Amino acid sequence: MSVRDDVADRIPGGDAGLIVVVLLALYAVYILVGVGLGYSVRGQLNTIAVLTFYIGVFAMLALALNLHWGYTGLFNIGIVGFMAVGIYVMALVSKPLYGSGGAAQVGGLGLPLVVGIVAGMVAAALLGALVALPALRLRADYLAIVTIAMSEIVRFSFLSGELQQFQLFGERVGFGGGSGLILDFTNPLEAFFAFFGLWDAYLGFVDAFTVIIPNNPKPVVDGLVYGAVLLGFVAAFFWLLKRTGESPFGRVLKAIREDEDVANSLGKNTNRFKIKAFMLGCALMGLVGILWLMTSGAVTPNFFRPRITFFVWIALIIGGAGSNTGSVLGGAVFAALLYQGPRYLKNLIDTVIPNADAPSSFGPAVAPLVSNFDPAPLFFYTIDSVRQLQLVIMGLVLIWLMHNRPEGMLGHRKETAAGIPLTASRARGTASTDGGDAGGEVDE
Amino acid sequence: MGIAETYTRGRQFAVTRPGSVLLALVGVVLLFDLLAGLATGQHSFSGVGSLVWDGLMRGLVVGLAGIGLSMTYSILNFANFAHGDYITAGAFSGWATTYLVAGLGRADVGALLLVGAGGSVFGGSLGIGVTGTPLAVLAGILVSGVVTVGLALFVDRTAFRPIRDADGITLLITSIGVAFALRYLMQFVFGASVRGTTAQPPAVGLYLVDGFVRIDAHDVALVVVAGALMLAVHLLLQLTKLGKAMRAMADNEDLAQITGIPTERVVRAVWVIGGGLTGVAGYMFILWKGTLGFNDGWLLLLLIFAAVILGGIGSIYGAIVGGLAIGLTASVSVIWIPSAFARAAAFFVMIVLLLVKPEGLFSGRTTA
Repeated sequence: MSVRDDVADRIPGGDAGLIVVVLLALYAVYILVGVGLGYSVRGQLNTIAVLTFYIGVFAMLALALNLHWGYTGLFNIGIVGFMAVGIYVMALVSKPLYGSGGAAQVGGLGLPLVVGIVAGMVAAALLGALVALPALRLRADYLAIVTIAMSEIVRFSFLSGELQQFQLFGERVGFGGGSGLILDFTNPLEAFFAFFGLWDAYLGFVDAFTVIIPNNPKPVVDGLVYGAVLLGFVAAFFWLLKRTGESPFGRVLKAIREDEDVANSLGKNTNRFKIKAFMLGCALMGLVGILWLMTSGAVTPNFFRPRITFFVWIALIIGGAGSNTGSVLGGAVFAALLYQGPRYLKNLIDTVIPNADAPSSFGPAVAPLVSNFDPAPLFFYTIDSVRQLQLVIMGLVLIWLMHNRPEGMLGHRKETAAGIPLTASRARGTASTDGGDAGGEVDE
Repeated sequence: MGIAETYTRGRQFAVTRPGSVLLALVGVVLLFDLLAGLATGQHSFSGVGSLVWDGLMRGLVVGLAGIGLSMTYSILNFANFAHGDYITAGAFSGWATTYLVAGLGRADVGALLLVGAGGSVFGGSLGIGVTGTPLAVLAGILVSGVVTVGLALFVDRTAFRPIRDADGITLLITSIGVAFALRYLMQFVFGASVRGTTAQPPAVGLYLVDGFVRIDAHDVALVVVAGALMLAVHLLLQLTKLGKAMRAMADNEDLAQITGIPTERVVRAVWVIGGGLTGVAGYMFILWKGTLGFNDGWLLLLLIFAAVILGGIGSIYGAIVGGLAIGLTASVSVIWIPSAFARAAAFFVMIVLLLVKPEGLFSGRTTA
């Protein structure tokens, strides 16, 4: 453990510094590769924006999951269910009334975005409370099955024709069924800036970008700014969960994770703590669902397949359950290397070796290899199906991690139970104890 | 027994198990609604009969596939999320064989081996079915079982055995990784399309009060194969030492090892039995429903979990009964609720049962 900790210790700014360094390193890799291939500035900035977006959402989801699994020991594999409820309820509340123009089949209640976001988070939290009731009586693996079944029930419900359209408070609203729901509320970014009266200033800011991107810089700048907003949310999540973890409430949660019976015998109503922690995490997951999709223009139920849940788990396990810093790092590393990395690599190879004639299925791809030892079609087919193969890679990475490093990058860190900062004494202590367990005791 | 005594006991039951009483009440209401619907002609007897038959068939598949999951769950102590992809692997390997045997000489071998990926060959045009090409189907059943046994042993050797002593959650997460790798590898090879695999099988209509319940040759094949395999497993676990060893291991692994039971060999036997049943279940599932896609096993997995938990983990009879119950729920529930919620209803039954009776119907009986 010493090498990694030494590196972490030498970075100025502690955990925050570590996160910044990792993020910068990931960005540097992307930019250097782009520069090397002579990508346009617009393409580069777009790549950065997309990368930032995914780093943001996966870091937030991993943080929320860390509250469930890392702090409280609740094995939740129904994350997508809470995300779906968040964005759908938000859409229901915030979409404009039916008949106010536009192509949408159903309307909403026409309330401001903020109201919708809060409603979505509350709905996700309530669903969490409903699921947490069995959680109190079940083993961890049963809770896993219950939560994933719940997330599928949620998906089937939004897919069903019955909820496609219904009346609420005399308005024609609905969830759109399998064909999806058009999110025709105000552009969230515009609403955000208009709220502070800065929309015109923002448009001026966008215009300034014509220096680097001559035509139509707005989509690119929008993407970058939205990514920055998401990183702001990550910081807020981090702060909130760090505060929660260090509060008396968080100490009880950690006690529950370590030994629920002990926490119970100390007079803590562990059930109530578990429900509260679960609801808080679910509300945050609902918020991430909203942030992920509210700029995408439309949402379909089949977006919320269980695979996204497992993405978040991989992110958390990479980073290390139980550590907020680890969650953010895991989210960033997952998004940059496992989620976006293979796709970026495909684009790279496509630029270097154009493969217009990639075979459409495995048969034609293998046939030339068998008949006249021509591996090119198989290679192009492999590159073409990178979206499937990246899931194979994720699976293998997960197996490898569980075999070799189940605690992740920063797992098994001990967290301070004291309410006062102990860092000052650590600086003096490490010199003498030379990184033993005593040093680890006061880490983070 | 006097009336008063019955009353007291009834009240006691109602007080201690309010959930069970509520569940029974809901059941009575639904049954009453069904009878009323039948009496008024809102539902037809033959329609309900068809749903029940459909549910029983689905339940047989779920039960057959559930036996393996139930055994590994109780002996290795983890919920294997890769089980659904063993089903898919069995289905693809078996159907590749069936295509090859049925279509050799009539179509390209590569296309046959890839089960007609990309619409290169169609099962219907090859006339595949239990009556049309019985030999091809038989070969498919055998190969699906053998390949899945091999796959289960390989995965156990590479993924699960190195961390045999880890806790259930670590193994569960590992199995999710295995599931991902297997599923998308199969998609990579066989393609993402859902293809039709069989020609229309011959069928008879059984007369039921006001109409016909259609039973086709593939239903019969499913009943015969599933029934025979379930009986075989029952005999195997009751009459051989292996069954006893498995029960001992499920109860206490360390104690079993001390008493001289070769635990690793028992584990291997469990994978062989469970894997074989799962592969055949996957093959029969596709034969019965007539379409094949790379997601089929994964979609079935949650129903199988529901069945295994419903029946009680470790009990093979529980898995079978639970499978039938879940299959019936998923099919028959459309009488009362919209069909989009049928699968949701099966999950819901499982969640409710976890709350009311978390130990399952056949509780406390670990393996056989």
